[in-house]
Amino acid sequence: MVKVHERKFVTADPDKCVGCQVCEYICSFEKEKAFNPLKSRIRVVRLNPLVNVSIACRLCEDPPCVAACPRDALTPSEKTGIIMVDEDKCNGCGWCIEACDYGAIMIHPERKVVFVCDLCKDKGEPQCVKWCPEEALDLVTSDVLAQKARIAATKKLFQEALKII
Amino acid sequence: MYGYAGRVLHIDLTTGKTHVEPLNEDYAKKYIGGIGLGMRLWLDHAKAGVEPFSPENPLILATGPISGTVWPTGGNGHAFISKSPQSYGVGESKSHGSFGTELKRAGYDAVIFKGKAEKPVYVWIDDDSVQLLDASHLMGKSPTETEDAIREELGDYYIRVAAIGPAGEKLVRIACIINDKTRAAGRTGMGAVMGSKNLKAIAVRGTHDITVAKPEEFMEFVKEFHERMKGPATQKYRTLGTPENVLVHNSLSCMPTRNYTNSRFEAAEKVSGETLNERFVAKIIGCSSCAMRCEHVCVVPEGPYKGATTRMEYEPLWAMGPYCGIDRLDAIIKGMDLCNYYGIDAISAGVIVGFAMDCYENGILTEKDLDGIDARFGNHEALLKLIEKMGKRDGIGDILAEGVKIAGEKIGKGAEKLAQHIKGVEVTGYDLRCLKTAALGFAVSFRGADHNRHGAYAFDVKGKVNRLVAEKGRGKMVKDIEDIYTIIDSMIICKFSRGTYYKEAEDLAKLYTLVTGFETTPEEIRRSGERINNLARLFNIREGLGRKDDTLPYKVMHHPITDEGPSKGAYVSQAELDLLLDDYYMARGWNRDGVPTIEKLKELGMEDLVHIVEEKTKKAEE
Repeated sequence: MVKVHERKFVTADPDKCVGCQVCEYICSFEKEKAFNPLKSRIRVVRLNPLVNVSIACRLCEDPPCVAACPRDALTPSEKTGIIMVDEDKCNGCGWCIEACDYGAIMIHPERKVVFVCDLCKDKGEPQCVKWCPEEALDLVTSDVLAQKARIAATKKLFQEALKII
Repeated sequence: MYGYAGRVLHIDLTTGKTHVEPLNEDYAKKYIGGIGLGMRLWLDHAKAGVEPFSPENPLILATGPISGTVWPTGGNGHAFISKSPQSYGVGESKSHGSFGTELKRAGYDAVIFKGKAEKPVYVWIDDDSVQLLDASHLMGKSPTETEDAIREELGDYYIRVAAIGPAGEKLVRIACIINDKTRAAGRTGMGAVMGSKNLKAIAVRGTHDITVAKPEEFMEFVKEFHERMKGPATQKYRTLGTPENVLVHNSLSCMPTRNYTNSRFEAAEKVSGETLNERFVAKIIGCSSCAMRCEHVCVVPEGPYKGATTRMEYEPLWAMGPYCGIDRLDAIIKGMDLCNYYGIDAISAGVIVGFAMDCYENGILTEKDLDGIDARFGNHEALLKLIEKMGKRDGIGDILAEGVKIAGEKIGKGAEKLAQHIKGVEVTGYDLRCLKTAALGFAVSFRGADHNRHGAYAFDVKGKVNRLVAEKGRGKMVKDIEDIYTIIDSMIICKFSRGTYYKEAEDLAKLYTLVTGFETTPEEIRRSGERINNLARLFNIREGLGRKDDTLPYKVMHHPITDEGPSKGAYVSQAELDLLLDDYYMARGWNRDGVPTIEKLKELGMEDLVHIVEEKTKKAEE
């Protein structure tokens, strides 16, 4: 199995995300040839005007959705970590939905089986990341996320010094 | 059909019965959608001379053909159309956010509300299932509280809600309809019409797919517009936002101040867009499908109004700031927050307070008349108290809630002359005395005083014409831009994105064609724009409006600007207004009374509405 730090997933920078739902439209268009947020694998949350973020599958190291499925319908890809859904086995019971802390796996409104972000593997790159007008979405590993956080924190710590430079 | 849902939902609130009819394809092609389709449907479903608050006055909710797609700024719009309780003519107001896109996915191009519910209700549109539910427990709640409560009780946090606040319930004539908590269909009192029907809210869940006629080409066009929206045409909206206008207008001496006593504000720096962004803007967010984002969310971080949170734009900032002589942004943000709470149009609210302050300063209203409020210009506490009173129709607020026109008539003693409105709708933040192209645009605007029906101020403010002169040629300029604006409001795209349509009609026609599959040329889409303006004119003529109503506020025509500077001495005389009107009517192919000729209507394919003109002529002859 691939090492966790090589796994990439789609994440939204909450400082940049404006809640515009372009990712939802693009995802449903890419996957279903229609504009319909209910068929999007990435979903926007707006708690209030100031709190906006898009959420897609985090490709967890030990995916609780996989563990929760009583019918072994979910399998993480060894190469990429993407959760693959066996639509013949899935009966839409929703235990994986309960297990996911992010609300990133959902039941498809028509097919009645679960669906989840696959990083647009057919296209080579997630289309939501490509289209995000705010550049708020990124395809990253957890290591890169940590690196970014460290750099941001350091910049804040040394903001006075950085001004002089 | 592509783009269109192909269905119109009829809801009779009196009987509780609902039914669905197919969308008339001829109407769709001729009137596009949004306000065009809405006004056409209204004419079919309302009797001439209907009272705005009568159950017989339908309230129409319409989306556009673009709504529901990923088109940047266009996927999310909706419009309310009815007879306005302010102008007694066309009432229409658009809003964006996420409500319109949801309604389209529920499968409707328009919803027609008729009648009046016996008790307060809200409508729950869940795709094909439409229910009227009890709203007695929601009465008195703000639109935001209503949205939260409905989501909670229906058990779905992604339901979209458009609701009125306490003001709409009490038929405050400037009441608006708010969706997605911060977005308002603000002008012309559509919230009061909704309140008169005992309709507290409209909740929608839509699950259907939206598809377009030519998906590949459409997505290429979307991509191109995503790039355009990162460019200079939208820079203002993405950076300082429309409050940038404060210092621009002030420098040109064209910012009405203290109810048109001045045309510039000495404390403009304190309420500028620059100060707002530096001190109060916490985040800029976007509507559904938008690629530019403009919504400047402001939070007051400290002081007596700590925690007040609202979206802010130039117009409400101007109305509650300079127009009332108020130089405190924290109070202006609080004022806007209160307007959203009660559900009233913040532009009109500010203008009404400015009017009340002017009455007070001139001794027409006393402190006693004002329930003990010291309504000096500049008193921010008076602003907030008066907004609350209007929202509740409490004390003096009961009179002010009628809008400046009716309030001025009720108060009398010369208050009428201090009431700055056109067709009963309060003015907006452009001093028309020194912006003469704008003055014409405002005078002929079919929904009363408004900058958003024409944008004609741009010619004046950007120096493309001599703004201090009224001359021939302005009529054609106003007509042409009005025609583009009605297309925008009928497709329902956002006016902030208008600059990205570099080729105007050509781009709009291409967009319409790609989405709907109805092959349309730039000339045809322009003709639709013109047709919709004629339609609005016929609406107003049928309801009794005419040339006499295409006029300007009293002060604009009688009080020359006194401030030193480039606009000193400017005002609009009756002769100038007449010249401008004649020129405009001629450009429109209307007669001297401002009535469309039968030839013009036939040219536009409006034979079915010729009877309105014929009846008008017959009446005039009798």
